[in-house]
Amino acid sequence: MADLITPDLVDLDLAATERGEATRSLAERLQAAGRVTDLDQFLADVRAREAQMPTGIEGGIGIPHCRSVAVTEPTLGFGRSTQGIDWGAADGPAHLIFLIAAPEGGGAEHMGILAKLARKLIHASFRESLHQARDPEDVVSLVKKEVLGQ
Amino acid sequence: MKIVAVTSCPTGIAHTYMAAEALEQAAKEAGHEIKVETQGAAGAEAVADADIAGADAVVFAADVEVRNRERFAGKPLVQTSVKRAINDAAGLISEAEAAARTGGAGGVVAGAAAEAREAAAMETADRPETKVDQGAGLGTRLRQWLMTGVSYMIPFVAAGGILIAVAFLLGGPEVANKVNGGTFEGVEYPAVEDLSNLIVQAGYAGLLFKIGGVAFSMLVPILAGFIAYAMGDRPALVAGIVGGLLANEIGAGFLGGLAAGLIAGAIVIWIKRVKVPRGVAGIMPVVVIPLVSTLIVGVLMLVVIGQPIAALQEGLTNWLEGLGGSNAILLGIIIGLMMAFDMGGPVNKVAYAFGLAALASGNLKIMAAVMAAGMTPPLGLALATVIRKHLFTKAERQAGEAAWLLGASFITEGAIPFAAADPLRVIPALMVGSAVTGALVMGFGNESRAPHGGIWVTGLISKPILYILAILIGTAVTAAGVIILKSTRRKEAADIEPAASRQATATS
Repeated sequence: MADLITPDLVDLDLAATERGEATRSLAERLQAAGRVTDLDQFLADVRAREAQMPTGIEGGIGIPHCRSVAVTEPTLGFGRSTQGIDWGAADGPAHLIFLIAAPEGGGAEHMGILAKLARKLIHASFRESLHQARDPEDVVSLVKKEVLGQ
Repeated sequence: MKIVAVTSCPTGIAHTYMAAEALEQAAKEAGHEIKVETQGAAGAEAVADADIAGADAVVFAADVEVRNRERFAGKPLVQTSVKRAINDAAGLISEAEAAARTGGAGGVVAGAAAEAREAAAMETADRPETKVDQGAGLGTRLRQWLMTGVSYMIPFVAAGGILIAVAFLLGGPEVANKVNGGTFEGVEYPAVEDLSNLIVQAGYAGLLFKIGGVAFSMLVPILAGFIAYAMGDRPALVAGIVGGLLANEIGAGFLGGLAAGLIAGAIVIWIKRVKVPRGVAGIMPVVVIPLVSTLIVGVLMLVVIGQPIAALQEGLTNWLEGLGGSNAILLGIIIGLMMAFDMGGPVNKVAYAFGLAALASGNLKIMAAVMAAGMTPPLGLALATVIRKHLFTKAERQAGEAAWLLGASFITEGAIPFAAADPLRVIPALMVGSAVTGALVMGFGNESRAPHGGIWVTGLISKPILYILAILIGTAVTAAGVIILKSTRRKEAADIEPAASRQATATS
């Protein structure tokens, strides 16, 4: 199984100011890494999930995600936005964006990793470490340590 | 307490697990056991039937239908959206506590009705927040905030009240004057200025009275402090306690304390929402939040609330004096209403001071009415907790046991825990009961030569049998009123809360 996240899937200075734009810029990184085969299909799937109910949660977090046939490997794209992007949470814009891509029909092992990742997002210490991260390698090693125990 | 929960969301890869983690953390912090079934894409590990059987409450945090919900049939249920569990898991856990306590709003319903309810919730899933929803949620939370403050206050009421009552029993009612100064039965006592002379001047009964009095002086600060604590956590405690101490100083009573606690908590919640630079964030909970919130609460209590209370007391005093010569029974009713309104607060104090002034000028009837009307609130509540146990929490029932002795000793504060937990229902019932007793005492023409002491000074009261009869009737009226008003609330709660939880599902 490929790594959940690699440095080229991390953008610590997300320029986008709007939800769709931010999702697209992260999704392009997934496509460039060969994790997403069909960008438009993938974005449509993310939008469909977002339309059911915005995925922003309190504490400045946005979690666009989907299960899609356009995804080859369970993958996390991470973006950090200084000015914040409205993600539909009641308490303000999101500063930490987690784009979670799951393959359609992914096995229990894949899904188990994503479930562990989701649980980590609740922890304030994990969020804080992501705020502090200085470069993409920091983020990758943090996720590996916290989520995969490596 | 044991809780089982189910989380599920449309995609089943993110929110399901975040909600589970948030609920597990919140339950652990509140000292409960929880088992969460994540009905997500990684496969659900079902909670064991034994865990369901042993659970005190069930939480569904689900945006899609909970699978196999019939397993949970009959359990007290809190149902909400998955996002609510992520954003406010602690609030959800306290709702589960409340559901377990009251038997839950209808409980888990298996089958068609529940499915229809969920379908309705799903249809409106992306509707914006409504005021109705916020109101319903706030009402529940408000009750929980007040109950938190009350539960910390009850031991102070019991310990302080019993010490004072025992002091009266051992030292006679004049012990209060021996410690605090004043006239009793024509004898003038100096106040104890230097505590090293306490036992010499007031005896061991005086010692007990003093200790009980200090415990009592903490009622309002503890109430206010822990209401604020329930709302804003540790940083809010100082603003609440200082607000409560200031409520004491300006004579605002427990209602002033309720206000101080709620204001302190609200200010802290508000400050926590302000985004601050990361460098400052570390000192927010220790320095900035306590400092700013305490300053604001203090200024509000002293400047905004203190002045009107002083003016109110002056106005009421003048009004009562104007009524002095009018119909005695009407005066008894008014004194009863005032005594029970805020139990040691500004209105009660005016009535009591009016009784003291009358006593000093040789009119002994008003003091008799004041004292009897101040005894029925704790007595009536104690009676209500005995004949309708299920309307009260466990802590309240325990407070009810102490309330017998406090009421009999004319320590009206014994009723405060009940009034603070549910003021809009309890206070009117207390006022009616005390008004009845006040009117009866004035009608019977009882006279009291003692300004305190309750049934222990029956020897100083004229026509004591009629006096006790008046107190018993008022006690019965109070208990009946409390039971009626509390019963309507339970019915309402059962009707309203399923709708409210559906609203929450629909709009969060």
